[in-house]
Amino acid sequence: MARVTIPIGPQHPALKEPESFIVTLNGENIVNLDMRLGYNHRGIEKACEQRTYVQALYLLERVCGICSHSHSSCFIQAVEEIAGLQLPPRAVYIRTLIAELERVHSHLLWLGVAGHEIGFDTLLMYSWRDREAIMDLFASLTGNRVNYGMNTLGGVRRDFTKEQLTEVLKVIDICEERTKYYIEVCTQEPTVINRLSGVGTLSHDDAVRLGTIGPTGRASGVNKDVRREDPYLAYGDLSFNVIVDNHNDVFGRAVVRLLELMETYKMIRQIIAKMPDGPITVKAPRKVPAGEAFSRYEAPRGEDTHYVKGNGTDKPERVRVRAPTLANLQSVAKMLENNNLADLPIAIAAIDPCFSCTDRMIGTISSTGARDSIRWDNMRNYSIKWYRKQGIDFTDLNRKLAKKQE
Amino acid sequence: MANEETIKTELSRKFSFLADKIVIQRVRRIFVDVPQERFHDVCEFAAKKMEFSNLCIITGLDDGDNLQFIYHLARMDGIVLNLRTTAPKSNPVIKTITDIFPGGVIYERELIDLLGAKVEGIPHGKRYPLPDDWPANQFPLRKDWKPEMLEGLSGRKEEAKNG
Repeated sequence: MARVTIPIGPQHPALKEPESFIVTLNGENIVNLDMRLGYNHRGIEKACEQRTYVQALYLLERVCGICSHSHSSCFIQAVEEIAGLQLPPRAVYIRTLIAELERVHSHLLWLGVAGHEIGFDTLLMYSWRDREAIMDLFASLTGNRVNYGMNTLGGVRRDFTKEQLTEVLKVIDICEERTKYYIEVCTQEPTVINRLSGVGTLSHDDAVRLGTIGPTGRASGVNKDVRREDPYLAYGDLSFNVIVDNHNDVFGRAVVRLLELMETYKMIRQIIAKMPDGPITVKAPRKVPAGEAFSRYEAPRGEDTHYVKGNGTDKPERVRVRAPTLANLQSVAKMLENNNLADLPIAIAAIDPCFSCTDRMIGTISSTGARDSIRWDNMRNYSIKWYRKQGIDFTDLNRKLAKKQE
Repeated sequence: MANEETIKTELSRKFSFLADKIVIQRVRRIFVDVPQERFHDVCEFAAKKMEFSNLCIITGLDDGDNLQFIYHLARMDGIVLNLRTTAPKSNPVIKTITDIFPGGVIYERELIDLLGAKVEGIPHGKRYPLPDDWPANQFPLRKDWKPEMLEGLSGRKEEAKNG
């Protein structure tokens, strides 16, 4: 059978973010997958070099809407290491609490997206409704649903009252009950099991070789979790299990995330029970001494890393960000080999990708401040040319369509 | 920090030229300055013989006359070995490490696009992360690069004006 090459993206049918997959098919089977990323490159690393540490902190929080606290905490703990700042225990616990609540909303969001990709929209509606409880909690604790702005150099910006913490426990109880129900649905409902099993398979060896991390790696038996191996924040004081699964497929990835939620609820209860009293910030200098630090953080999607180099001024010399999706994307091409084209959306969604995070970096605003606009027909011509360069020509198809209309 | 000390001893025993180049910065963080010509050997030894099998990321820096590259390698016990090497800006050639870490290809593409490194032996593939019509010889993460340098250079912009 003749091979067919089709473009999926940059406007992706499954995700609300741009990335381009050029898929070569033999019938329904995927033979090869070629990726083009970078559509969300915003120049954040460069921008950080022109801003003070505190400004960079809030800019980096906007690398990603979902794991915003992950990026801001990962960055600031590197800066605090260079500056030699010792955080007050209460600040450490508050940061950890927000981190784990973020994991709950991120995993529930993923469950909904996964449900949507397999045509199970009831699951999307249910899990996103439950996720709303966490979002409301964030609004009342931090003032924001996303980009909480909790961190500052040397601590956190808001303290929580006893009543607020009791409210967190109440919401967590409800979410735990709901998660138990979702675990039942995903592990007992035959349609879900059949739809997810054997799809997007990634063997343990391939996962290790390609450096797969987070729940995607743990579902292929990669027993890695930065919270346990390289403990930061309050994780050294908490007891929890790292969930590892050997299904190696999308089903395994769903199981890992759901069971991880149960561990997260356990951790949140421990954090609140152990929450120390005291101040929430230490006085931090405006200028950070020369030095460097490499910081790791287990974000909901996997290990997030930030490298920061200071030069003795109030601005960083270099900030380097690696979001989990960048590490996990390498495995997608492998996962999709010999899979059906129809499995592509769920297999990609199963790494819980975040392309804003990945590209993290330039709108076309010129130095004069004028914004470039591009007209519809220009855009259309540009895209036809672009696809032709990739070896894809729609001219024939357009002609056929025009004939039909006649 | 017994494990960190063991790593230091093992590395300096195998590569005598590293003896005074290994710094244990804190628990679980080791920085090593490695000369460019032996970098690949050290990297391979760390990955295959010392279990640093996870390449977290490659950081590229512009330090004036040279480009600096830090390869952050992690191990299951949480120790991160940061291998640093440099190449002169006039001829910033480094050798690919994709034969050791196949997943590292995307980080090397970033070094090419953003810092203008030349990576020898990198597998053929699409650029990342800059747009296809990004002008040649403009490397945004170099310290002398300013956004104004882009003005009037974008082919897409010309097209929009003519269209």
